[in-house]
Amino acid sequence: MTQTVIWTVAILAVLGLLLALVLFWVARRFRVVEDPRIDEVEKVMPGANCGGCGFAGCRAFADSAVKAANLDSHYCPVGGDEVMQKVAAILGFTVAAKAPQVAVVRCNGSCANRPVVNDYDGAASCRVKAALYSGDTLCAFGCLGCGDCVAACRFGALSMDPGTGLPVVDEKKCTACGACVKACPKHIIELRNQGPRGMREYVSCVNKDKGPAARKACAAACIGCGLCEKTCRQGAVTVTDNVAYIDFTKCKLCRECEAVCPTGAIHGVNFPKELDKEAVKQRIADRKKKEEANG
Amino acid sequence: MGKVTFSMGGIHPHDSKFARECAIEELPLPPVVYVSMAQHLGAPAKPLVAVGDRVKVGQVIAEPGGFISAFVHSPVSGTVKGIAPRKDLAGNPVMHVEIAVEGDEWDPAIDRSRDLVTAIPDDKAAILDRIKACGVVGLGGATFPTHVKLSPPPGKVAECLILNGTECEPFLTSDYRIMIERPKEIVVGAAIMQKVLGGCRCVIGIEENKPEAVAAMRAAVTELGYADIRVQVLRKRYPQGGEKQLIDAVLHRQVGSGGLPIDVGAVVQNVGTALAVYEAVQKNIPLISNVLTVTGDKIPANLQHNYLYRIGVPLSFVAEQAGGVPDTAAKIISGGPMMGKAVSNFDAATVKGSSAILYLSEAATRRRPETACIRCGRCADACPMGLEPFLLNRLYKAADLEGLEKNAAQDCIECGCCLYSCPAGIPLLDHIRQAKGQVMGVIKARAAAAKAAAEAKKQ
Repeated sequence: MTQTVIWTVAILAVLGLLLALVLFWVARRFRVVEDPRIDEVEKVMPGANCGGCGFAGCRAFADSAVKAANLDSHYCPVGGDEVMQKVAAILGFTVAAKAPQVAVVRCNGSCANRPVVNDYDGAASCRVKAALYSGDTLCAFGCLGCGDCVAACRFGALSMDPGTGLPVVDEKKCTACGACVKACPKHIIELRNQGPRGMREYVSCVNKDKGPAARKACAAACIGCGLCEKTCRQGAVTVTDNVAYIDFTKCKLCRECEAVCPTGAIHGVNFPKELDKEAVKQRIADRKKKEEANG
Repeated sequence: MGKVTFSMGGIHPHDSKFARECAIEELPLPPVVYVSMAQHLGAPAKPLVAVGDRVKVGQVIAEPGGFISAFVHSPVSGTVKGIAPRKDLAGNPVMHVEIAVEGDEWDPAIDRSRDLVTAIPDDKAAILDRIKACGVVGLGGATFPTHVKLSPPPGKVAECLILNGTECEPFLTSDYRIMIERPKEIVVGAAIMQKVLGGCRCVIGIEENKPEAVAAMRAAVTELGYADIRVQVLRKRYPQGGEKQLIDAVLHRQVGSGGLPIDVGAVVQNVGTALAVYEAVQKNIPLISNVLTVTGDKIPANLQHNYLYRIGVPLSFVAEQAGGVPDTAAKIISGGPMMGKAVSNFDAATVKGSSAILYLSEAATRRRPETACIRCGRCADACPMGLEPFLLNRLYKAADLEGLEKNAAQDCIECGCCLYSCPAGIPLLDHIRQAKGQVMGVIKARAAAAKAAAEAKKQ
């Protein structure tokens, strides 16, 4: 009886020892050396795994950042500067501050502005709709209204406004990851700088048709008249292919372009005061007179 | 031999060929035509005329913009009024040449008599040149330039020319009418193509619901005494007119994934194309007109027509001549109900490949509300390419490009059998068409990368 116990214990002990040796060898042989900084970087990341940085997720971003020579090609749009400073501190790099951005929907073709001329009955997907035809209005460039951008947003920042049929960005939730920009087949959504206290000026139209055709399709369309381009003193507004574009790096938020726009295609948001168009127009006229007087 | 058909999938929609008894009428000339520069598969044509130029019927107005491209000729005589982008039937801007019609003055080199010319020129290269110069493209739907299809790559031999007279799309009757009214011209056109392909045999495939066409074509073949042309009756089944399906039905050979018909020794041409080839080679008439059916479900007989139209005539003009748009029409389709395109711009111009204006009623066109997939497998049974549409749909939703390629989404012929058979109303075709586009993009990018790598290795 005693002998059986001794034998059992001995065999088990020897077996355990052997297996421990095997495990030890396997662990040595197949050891993966991983930079501990990857874990550290991943810890400071937002953990959204949205892919907005261009990598498969936060871990992939951290892995790539640790191996990189500098952080020029790495930017986490969700975490913004705060996270990037932390990442830089861990890796011993310096990063320049980047202006925070936000998704901007550049179409104002609401049901009231843009009459529907035919009835779309196909799959409820902008991508499918865009591949089939130019859309259910006369505008071949504007929002198709099936909400591919809403489906693409991981942060719940986008929603369709049932009143206008257009997507609306919740600026508090938007992280500028760019998923909606990629999802939109009409390239309406753009990432723009948030601006001081959220104040921004942008052209809410991408219609490249000539003036009359654009106007016929939508009451709020940019008709490419060029008044904004002429008025802007910063050279921030350019009209190409019959549509104006405001360069947000040059714009000084004077709102003169917004005041002169005949169709209201230029939008200013988050300004404390409502725009007094007549006053601004008067200001421009006075300035012109002065300039003429000075030769 | 008995009736045959293809081996896999397919559906049986009602053939609805209501306009079958309407003889082909010549459509009057409109005041203005708009000739599209992109009415064939491949690169758009480049305009050769300028605003203010006077043109005659049959004069070249645009040259091919690449290897796979085609000449475009003026369908009318008159003055060029503009060369500018204009919306096509889907509302997308395409370059058009606008010509104001003045009289009907034809190019003197064109033989306008209706006499049958059976003597085929000897020189193969000259025939091919003539086909190319006359801008002939496949009129079965894809509008692939015919001269390219009739020049097999080196090392490949065509054993059999298959003439597609199936017209398996419901409603359409244009091919049926030309087979009845001009069978001899079609047979001579086939003989010309046989000669170009090096004297292969020819089978004319016609579905069983067109016995008059079968009789007319058989009579024409017997009368003209072509021993190596045979008319084959096929069982009625959609999409029999698909190239790969027709080869399967007639020759019992399957074209592999990514393969071309010539890989199994076949060349498929539509009967309309055969007629265009006849007119080009024997009469020097370029492809400036085609036959189009105006029809629909539950519309009065006096609104149904088969028209010989000049290319570039606006759809709205055709409809006007045909007696107007019926009140019951909820949807207008250019082409057949299965593969045609819904028209969002009715002022769009007709093109070489326009085959029908189809009015569908509300009941016939509304989609069923989408419900969940119950894996009944009807779509897989219906798919003539042997794909699993329900699986492809799921992979598309998961954006799994690798999986889509493995399950051959790129082989989809967009026939719509899956969508037609789905009891849950899932937009299978819409999604698979998207998936196909994405997979084709990946395949093309891979091929381009491989080519670039090979070239880099050489240097």
